[in-house]
Amino acid sequence: MTYAESLARDSEFAPVATAAAGTPPPVMVLDHVSKSYLRTGRRQLLRGRLAAWFKGERREKFTAVRDISFALDHGKSLALVGPNGAGKSTLLRLAAGITQPDSGAVTVRGRVSALMELGSGFHSDLSGAENVYLNAAILGLSRAQARAEFEGIVDFSGIRDFINEPLRTYSSGMMLRLAFSIAVRVSPDVLIIDEILAVGDQDFHRKSVEEIRRLKNSGTTLVCASHATNLLLELCEEAIWIDHGQLRMRGPSKQVLADYAASAGT
Amino acid sequence: MTLESAQWRSRLFLLQNLVLKDFRIRYRNMSLGMAWSVVNPLVMMGILTFVFTKIFPNPQPHFAVFVLCALVPFNFYSLALNAGTSSLLENESLIKRVRCPREIVPIAAVLANCLHFLIQIGLLITFVLVAGFPISLHWLWLPLLWGMEIAFMCGLVLITSGLDVYYRDVRYLVEVSGLVLFWLVPIFYSFQMVPARYHVVYLLNPIATVVLAEREVLIGGTAPSMGFVTALALVSGTCLALGFLIFGRLKQNLADYL
Repeated sequence: MTYAESLARDSEFAPVATAAAGTPPPVMVLDHVSKSYLRTGRRQLLRGRLAAWFKGERREKFTAVRDISFALDHGKSLALVGPNGAGKSTLLRLAAGITQPDSGAVTVRGRVSALMELGSGFHSDLSGAENVYLNAAILGLSRAQARAEFEGIVDFSGIRDFINEPLRTYSSGMMLRLAFSIAVRVSPDVLIIDEILAVGDQDFHRKSVEEIRRLKNSGTTLVCASHATNLLLELCEEAIWIDHGQLRMRGPSKQVLADYAASAGT
Repeated sequence: MTLESAQWRSRLFLLQNLVLKDFRIRYRNMSLGMAWSVVNPLVMMGILTFVFTKIFPNPQPHFAVFVLCALVPFNFYSLALNAGTSSLLENESLIKRVRCPREIVPIAAVLANCLHFLIQIGLLITFVLVAGFPISLHWLWLPLLWGMEIAFMCGLVLITSGLDVYYRDVRYLVEVSGLVLFWLVPIFYSFQMVPARYHVVYLLNPIATVVLAEREVLIGGTAPSMGFVTALALVSGTCLALGFLIFGRLKQNLADYL
């Protein structure tokens, strides 16, 4: 490990000072964040790890996110665009605190509700209702809060008839409905959505867009990655375009999405 | 309510939900349900009693109770360790969903097994009473002994579950440890039969010290030797602290390896 690398590694644990005194601090700050993965599969066997260690072999790294910084204030919304494999999902995971950056720092204030892969956070042998409670607990709700929100979540999902059935019997649309209802009904400070809204039918889609708007108006910060340009334009005033893990453009979503569409067309 | 206490309450709620989830998943598809927790130690007790009274006759009086005293803590060790070690991988979707204190997942797996432990303790106490041993005030030591074993298991499982994510081989090591411990815990022999120079091996093993102290209380009808209790407390405490320390390092990159 070079000196620079070891410095970068240490800064993972170092606290970041943000926001000048007086102004309310941004809800989400990503400060020169980078994340890389090892390219040749993750070595999960002790034997392989030991062999590599003895040979002193170093594996090639793949940088999924390279030196990205941005800050988001209360109630703001940010769209993330870029081709497949550009690093959108990695960036969202970093923002949600699910994975740690190799260098740089991520600070998020308040409750983060993330809708990432479909079905994550759910257990297929538990019923819908049991999953609602489990998820509410994971998202940091107390028992009283979870009880209070339960009816609202079930109503919004529109799958009351199946709420006591095990989750493995659900269709992907039903799973999305439940996941989305939980994510928005726990009054998050930050809502992170990665693509998945595409699975819902038109009716639910309309309902969810309205709900996201309502949350935004009440001060929730939104980060959203999608290829559905219209949805992004509708929901987000700002956008960033990332390509090969790097920030290519940041600005008003109309502008960024137009430029991105133009580049994809050529 | 302060923010701190609100946070603790919600963590407690999470812990409770994870424990409940383990129960539900385990028992939903079993018609005998909890009865299985009783069947396993009874069968083992029967076999060991048969072998060590009929085939290798043994001077130990009340051999069945003597064996059961050891089987109960040993069973908890092996169930909690197996469930705990794979807990992070099994709850992968939870861990990948949101940032929550990850320590809760393996600890919940250990606590979910405490119900079996309790049922088996009930079985043990029944056998002790049926064999004619009187209830005594020294029994108040028992919850402390078992509590220390639970603490030890939490520490151990924090280490093995964290490592298991990075090296999936860990679960096989864990299985082997169960086999080894079956012989190295004085289950069907007494501590007095162990040559003195090997005693330290038993003192460093908290499952052995729990068994030895428990036998002194239940069969001997005395207070446990302070040597056993101190050794148990030291090893369990160290293991718990090490568990949190090591898990704290391991959890940094957990989501990338799941």
